[in-house]
Amino acid sequence: MSKKLLLKDAHIEGIRYFDTYRKQGGYEAVEKALKMSSEEIVEAVKASGLRGRGGAGFPTGLKWSFLAKPEGVPRYLVVNADESEPGTFKDRYLMEFLPHILIEGMIISSFALGANTAYIYIRGEYSWIPDILEEAIEEARNNGFLGKNILGTGFDCEIYVQRGAGAYICGEETALLESLEGKRGNPRLKPPFPAVKGLWESPTVVNNVETIAAVVPIINIGAAEYAKIGVGKSTGTKLISACGNINKPGVYEIDMTITVEEFIYSDEYCGGIPNGKKLKACIPGGSSVPILPANLMLKTINGEPRLMNYESLSDGGFATGTMMGSGGFEVLDEDQCIVEHTMTLARFYAHESCGQCTPCREGTPWMYKILKKINSGEGRMEDIDLLWDVQRKIEGNTICPLGDAAAWPVAAAIRHFRDEFEWHINNPELAQTQNYGLAGYADPIPVPAANI
Amino acid sequence: MSDTIAFKPETLEQVIKITKRYPEGKQKSALIPVLHIAQKEFGGWLDVPVMDYVAQVLQLKPIEVYEVATFYTMFNMKPVGKYVLEVCRTGPCMVRGSEKILDHIRTKLNISDGGTSADGLFTLKPAECLGACGYAPMMQLGKFYHENLTVEKVDEIIELCRQGAIALD
Repeated sequence: MSKKLLLKDAHIEGIRYFDTYRKQGGYEAVEKALKMSSEEIVEAVKASGLRGRGGAGFPTGLKWSFLAKPEGVPRYLVVNADESEPGTFKDRYLMEFLPHILIEGMIISSFALGANTAYIYIRGEYSWIPDILEEAIEEARNNGFLGKNILGTGFDCEIYVQRGAGAYICGEETALLESLEGKRGNPRLKPPFPAVKGLWESPTVVNNVETIAAVVPIINIGAAEYAKIGVGKSTGTKLISACGNINKPGVYEIDMTITVEEFIYSDEYCGGIPNGKKLKACIPGGSSVPILPANLMLKTINGEPRLMNYESLSDGGFATGTMMGSGGFEVLDEDQCIVEHTMTLARFYAHESCGQCTPCREGTPWMYKILKKINSGEGRMEDIDLLWDVQRKIEGNTICPLGDAAAWPVAAAIRHFRDEFEWHINNPELAQTQNYGLAGYADPIPVPAANI
Repeated sequence: MSDTIAFKPETLEQVIKITKRYPEGKQKSALIPVLHIAQKEFGGWLDVPVMDYVAQVLQLKPIEVYEVATFYTMFNMKPVGKYVLEVCRTGPCMVRGSEKILDHIRTKLNISDGGTSADGLFTLKPAECLGACGYAPMMQLGKFYHENLTVEKVDEIIELCRQGAIALD
């Protein structure tokens, strides 16, 4: 059984409320941290090996150490709760059921960063969660953990909740800051990075909800103990939101040593695939990370069991591997149509493009149109190469990573499931009534060198 | 126009409270929260006079409000029904039958995507990922998510809406 750090008390009734959370040892990490220096906390986060849990996986302590500290200029912590990537719903779980672990993590992080004001930017559609967070903030304030002179240490901290209004792009940190400043969510050119010029041009750290919550156990159990959990550079625990064709969808906390096979089939986690269907494919880290066929998902190209961690999932690069991403784990069984599924993802990215960069603004709807055409039985064989060409022209050519996020699912679908695209085109009428199933996916499909 | 459009006094208080979350001179940051409030208070959508009023309250240029309001999908730029059924249809929801749910609603209410039913009660909005992938198919109705939908459950929700017996916030 995986060690639980974030969700260990999730089963306790009333854990959403301060008194219950406190009885379970809540806010002891704040008491401990406020006796440390801010540098010691930053060093502890570095030593823990914590990597950003929003998708990019950048070392959190290192990110914190980049924060500029000019005299007389305020610094800000902004929590990125704009969880909008298809397949990802873990931060929602944390905020809804364990809001105090986020608040506690924010107080410690703000102290470490020298920030007296912090904001939680939450996607607008999670419209019942701000009430939960604001209630938790109020409880923390009433118990002396927020406001002026926290626990008599002289440290002041306020936390505010800001609702977005339905734009996936606001999960990108600079777009989020633009939105928080009351503008369209158009990403900014970097550099300067937010650590130098962030919210209202002040030094700002933007971290994901799960990342900030993870600071609490790091302080509680110590960086060394935290780093011992997991394997390699995948330290600590990771929340995985599991969905698709599985018996037990939901949010799981894993210690990143388990295999993908165990995660899908064991009763502790997803509980296998309904109706005894076979695994066709999986997207392990949110819709933007490459989809892999079953054989490559369960084992690396070298035949090693693939593990649920950053290194193992990315083993083989994009040719035969994928990414941990946000931990949005979607399972597709043998009945699923890869063309249709990819089309819905392309539609998502086309809808969510902010329109600032031409390759993304023009390219994402173009990809959607081509996929729609193939899916509806009107595709031509050359459309597959056109689709490949369009995604290549988007990837790496935009201000923010949304272009990459839109290109990668399409690229991976063609790379690993080209047979299925061809079958759709060759059998347009058949494709309207039945799916391609597993034909052709028993073994790794050779990848043309030009397409890697 | 802003002479005839005005927040209720208690709403205005709420707006003032929100502007205090930000440093002096940064009241533009209140724009999205205030647009949410305005949409709710002024009929479920943002017409030009409402946006002009918000601009006036926050001391912004009207264009600053228009460009934000039109960017974010949660702001309605045309009238909507009392019940806006936002059905997620991206990847994970599609895998678990969102198209069937959408088709059922389209047929049952005789509406197309983005359209409003003849009685003015329902608007259907297909949505792109609402972060409920594990509990799919799902739809948002007002402030709340309705998850693990079946055709029968959708019928029940629609009936409750017709009876005015479903919570929106």
